[in-house]
Amino acid sequence: MSAGDARGGARVTPPERRSTGAAMPTAERGLFGVMGVFLLTAGLRSGSSFQKLLLGSLGAGLTALALKGQSPVATALKIRQNTDGETLVGDAVTIGKGADELYAVWRKLENLPGLMKHLERVEVLDERRSRWTVKAPAGYSGGEVSWEAELTADEPGQRIAWRSLPGAQIENSGEVLFRAAPGDRGTEVVVRLTYRPPGGSAGALLARMLGQEPSQQLRDDLMRFKREQELGYHPTTEGQSSGRAGQGGKA
Amino acid sequence: MKAIVWQGTNHVGVETVPDPALLLPTDAIVRVTSTAICGSDLHLLDGYIPSMEKGDILGHEFMGEVVEVGADVKKVRPGERVIMPFNLACGVCDPCRRGLFSACDNSNPNHRMAEALYGATSASGLFGYSHLFGGYAGGQAQFVRVPFADVSCFAIESDLRDDQVLFLTDIFPTGYQAAENCAIVPGRDVVAVFGAGPVGQFALRSAQMLGAASVIVVDRVPERLRLAEAAGARTVNYEQTDVLEALREATGGRGPDHVIDAVGLEAHGHGPGALLDTAEQKLRLSFDRITALRWAILSCAKGGTVSMPGVYGGLVDKLPLGAAFSKGLTLKMGQTHTHRYVRPLLQRIQGGEIDPSFVITHRAALSKGPELYKTFREKHDGCIKVVLDPWA
Repeated sequence: MSAGDARGGARVTPPERRSTGAAMPTAERGLFGVMGVFLLTAGLRSGSSFQKLLLGSLGAGLTALALKGQSPVATALKIRQNTDGETLVGDAVTIGKGADELYAVWRKLENLPGLMKHLERVEVLDERRSRWTVKAPAGYSGGEVSWEAELTADEPGQRIAWRSLPGAQIENSGEVLFRAAPGDRGTEVVVRLTYRPPGGSAGALLARMLGQEPSQQLRDDLMRFKREQELGYHPTTEGQSSGRAGQGGKA
Repeated sequence: MKAIVWQGTNHVGVETVPDPALLLPTDAIVRVTSTAICGSDLHLLDGYIPSMEKGDILGHEFMGEVVEVGADVKKVRPGERVIMPFNLACGVCDPCRRGLFSACDNSNPNHRMAEALYGATSASGLFGYSHLFGGYAGGQAQFVRVPFADVSCFAIESDLRDDQVLFLTDIFPTGYQAAENCAIVPGRDVVAVFGAGPVGQFALRSAQMLGAASVIVVDRVPERLRLAEAAGARTVNYEQTDVLEALREATGGRGPDHVIDAVGLEAHGHGPGALLDTAEQKLRLSFDRITALRWAILSCAKGGTVSMPGVYGGLVDKLPLGAAFSKGLTLKMGQTHTHRYVRPLLQRIQGGEIDPSFVITHRAALSKGPELYKTFREKHDGCIKVVLDPWA
């Protein structure tokens, strides 16, 4: 670890987040408009008054979004974008282990697919460069997407940062911070990711609905990492007995 | 094996299901010797706690004998007679190390579901209590898989009967924590307990053990009120008297120094607030009917504590927060950190201070479970607490 006072200050502050509330590109406004009118019509036609209310208001909402050209839905779902149109994702978890130990696990980049489930593999090319491969996100042709990335910072026990090299299909960057938690609670692991989602904020929204959105994946990944480090295994109920089909019958 | 299974809203049945198996090296399998129906099981029965799936095995108050342990289980051995707290705790995360076992970070594999619904970091996993709380199979069965066995299992070596130690798994610690949260000043403080069901009964007796000057119990079921009176409590039947007026009078206008809400989200009660709650709950606009909590806040004395062992499910409105604010009340709530209380309360039982079996009104074979769920819910036949024998 370098000098103690080098750890706090600017690095702890999140990077610039001039969140625009996700302004929608024209194509996206069109899509929202069509969906809005469709739902509105379906709602008004529905026999059930509950559906009428639900679909109707959803439809009216989407139509209003299209007219306004801003996506408060994306904002509400915490899909944040900066002024360059990049989506920002971040999360943090406190793990009852030392920073050096946790840093060492992340620094072996080839370990990362074990930590981050959407990663298929990471190949280390040299001291700074690596090749990352993920399963293709929804609506993306081809089974896999891969890119080359380079380390932009490597501070043992404190921080690892990377960014994709020019030419990447999905431009992205990220960093992981390891900070001592107050008291004897271990280490605060903070992850920040930036990427340009295919399809703009609607793409990010769609991915969120399909459960493939990076902020959800990140939360799962961090909890999985915490449990691996603290317990050494993942609690599960898979395979337990129940009265569901194929398992039993009436006594 | 035989088990009580959730078959849909207001339907439980006894089914033959596969015996549980060890899923992780830290698991144990316990042969259940006694299992109880808890008041909070009724919230599952009628569907007010979401994320139940057909076929889920119910039950979170049970005890038995260890029959098998995984390779990484160090303290628990086959043949031991054990009880298991209803909440699951890993024992190593920060909340567990601070004794906040019901806030365990790691024991709920469905943490994301709980976070999404409660809008907060998820609580621990629970035995037999919906997928929101981990989806763990419960103990109203002949056998049960016990995760985190070394943390979960407490050996009972004495010759105390099942009936006397079974409730250390939930309702006794729950009532005790509710009283402890009141920080009762011995010989001075008056405590009111809303709800004279099993948890209310233990809250009453715990408040007495902690030195309350007197305890007032509010309910409407005669046999519950009689059981409270037998322990020396004053009682208020809210169907016959105005609760707030009765409590004011009983305390010289001050109100009870502390109020324990041992009712939770399915309060009965009357008045416009109660009607509105019921309407909202039927429309699924709200999960909670909060009459008891409302009365608790309105009746509590200045500077007092409203302690809430009762279960709440979601967003609550029409909460008299102004009254709580103007009186400077402390609100304390949450699931019980059961693990913390098992040993000290076991000592009180061994020392003869309390015999928890006083609360049992019905004993039957597990196969009678579905009928007894109904008897318990309708409070028929003087039913206060049901214990089932899985092998009868």
